[in-house]
Amino acid sequence: MGNAPIAVKHCLNYGALMGDSPWMPWLLQEKKGPDIHKFPDFVKIVEVGPRDGLQNEKEMVPTEVKIQLIDMLSQTGLSVIEATSFVSSKWVAQMADHTEVLRGINKLPHVRYPVLTPNLQGFQAAVEAGASEVAVFGSASETFSKRNINCSIEESMRRFEQVITAAKQAGIPVRGYVSCTLGCPYEGDIQPAQVKKVVKRLLELGCYEVSLGDTTGAGTAGSMAAMLRAVTTEVPVHALAVHCHDTYGQALANILTALQMGVSVVDSSVAGLGGCPYAKGAGGNVSTEDVVYMLHGLGIETGVDLSKVIEAGEFICQALNRPTSSKVAQATNKSKPSLSRSD
Amino acid sequence: MVETIPFTLCFLWSRSYLGAFSLDGVSKRFICPLPERVKIVEVGPRDGLQNEKTIVPAEVKIRLIDMLSEAGLPVIEATSFVSPKWVPQMADQEEVMRGIQRKPGVNYPVLTPNLKGYRAAVTAGAKEVAIFGAASELFSKKNINCSVEESLQRFEEVMKAAKQEGIPVRGYISCVLGCPYEGKVSPVKVAEVAKRLYSMGCYEISLGDTIGVGTPGGMAEMLEAVKKEVPIHALAVHCHDTYGQALANILVALQNGVSVVDSSVAGLGGCPYAQGASGNVATEDVIYMLNGLGIHTGVDLPKLMDAGSYICRSLNRRTSSKVAQATCKL
Repeated sequence: MGNAPIAVKHCLNYGALMGDSPWMPWLLQEKKGPDIHKFPDFVKIVEVGPRDGLQNEKEMVPTEVKIQLIDMLSQTGLSVIEATSFVSSKWVAQMADHTEVLRGINKLPHVRYPVLTPNLQGFQAAVEAGASEVAVFGSASETFSKRNINCSIEESMRRFEQVITAAKQAGIPVRGYVSCTLGCPYEGDIQPAQVKKVVKRLLELGCYEVSLGDTTGAGTAGSMAAMLRAVTTEVPVHALAVHCHDTYGQALANILTALQMGVSVVDSSVAGLGGCPYAKGAGGNVSTEDVVYMLHGLGIETGVDLSKVIEAGEFICQALNRPTSSKVAQATNKSKPSLSRSD
Repeated sequence: MVETIPFTLCFLWSRSYLGAFSLDGVSKRFICPLPERVKIVEVGPRDGLQNEKTIVPAEVKIRLIDMLSEAGLPVIEATSFVSPKWVPQMADQEEVMRGIQRKPGVNYPVLTPNLKGYRAAVTAGAKEVAIFGAASELFSKKNINCSVEESLQRFEEVMKAAKQEGIPVRGYISCVLGCPYEGKVSPVKVAEVAKRLYSMGCYEISLGDTIGVGTPGGMAEMLEAVKKEVPIHALAVHCHDTYGQALANILVALQNGVSVVDSSVAGLGGCPYAQGASGNVATEDVIYMLNGLGIHTGVDLPKLMDAGSYICRSLNRRTSSKVAQATCKL
């Protein structure tokens, strides 16, 4: 603004007024936004590559490859690795070997291996196969719920209630997922209030954490902020995770926004496995390598050794005969000590 | 402080009695104030094509620039008046400059590495030029065979001539968040070079994350240092997406008050320091994010994507823009 009188400057630039008059927000009783320079000290990464990632890959992967992938991921410092899904093989052929995978992996004591259980039957099979944590998958969109799992949101909640009741009795924690939180391939925009309703329901039923999915990847920092603002009016932020898809290249910016709003759990997929079923040829899950790179650059601890994740990514991409979707992996031909951190 | 009292009282009265009275020039939809408008500087035809292996004929470059003009971009870096011996892709600099249809209100800056290039640029009709510095001494030596200070002294001649002729000059600084040779780069050094370019007469300084290694924390720290020496309205960010960090870095820059962003249609231009890796951030992906934040750019995204498809077909390569990859219909 240069030499313009201060009053004129303040008339024309709200940001300048607020900056020059630190007492103004107090006087106006402006709602204090989050401190954008403050980030969580630690972020828990939930690795979904072996389940959500592989489930959306066309190439069928043999059981032993899945097991080796999970074992490699267990060595990276990741504390949660979604291992498989106890869904009918009629619907998801890639997950037909769920029991074999869960029994075959080398379960490390400090790592959890949740599995998807869409209904009571799946839950019981999961427990028999040795599952000690399960997950249920709801939706913020009625149309998506009907098309994806053939029932309304309310009906799906009743199914999940059965799973969660059984899980409670068995002392098994349950994670909830909500899809379409930033848009639906069928309905388009989804109201943040609707997302809040479904999240609250899952937490009330007994989920310890709810992962908010941007299923189509169409969300932006703006819609992420609006959705989280609405959800956190009634849900504690420590119970929330974000599951961002990178279909429109927005994932890291969306995750950054979520971190600035207090979220400290992020789902991601090694090598960015799992394309988007709604946009042919487009990317899907955000890649773990790129997320960890950003978090470490921000000084946020994750416990993850980036170079080992890159190795696991190289392994599965070779097995799938596809290039990695991770930009960090593409840029890094060999592990550089400066990129990895063992915390 | 005293001057603000009467204003403050009016402001408070208006807020309480007029309700939704808003003075802001900032977008308030986000978690913190963001600029209401962002100027996109499209670098695809120069920085993008310069780093593409396939040599593209002049008529294709001209068509690309014309399509970008139609897409509403306010600034399109058209070409570079560098010796064709060094950059064969830019050998048709004069033909391109003379061939493009200049849309009123749109600027078409060109790179001028020295006085000779500047003269040729002006003769070919350039109305705005750009010069290049580096925040890393080693990078400067390896890239242009002289120290940072020596490079800036070479540009003094260009600045002098441009001032006399009323031609605005934009400054670029490379390696602001890391150097392929030196590794970490001090924000203080970036601020020094920015101050130098600004005091030499550059109206705007574009801060380049040349190898894309920067992350949001580093971006914020660097901007904090540079803002002390150069006013924020004169700063731009030029982020590379080599490590996938570009949009997050741009978001943080916006949060810190930056309102000028460089980008390249279809993400043209790989990274010469990491074989096979990506380089420039894709304009389509930036626009998509800014649209989602309610920030005005004046850019028509579908027309921009048309320009991206056109140049990718000509280069026989896939777009690097995720928005373009995902969108069959918008």
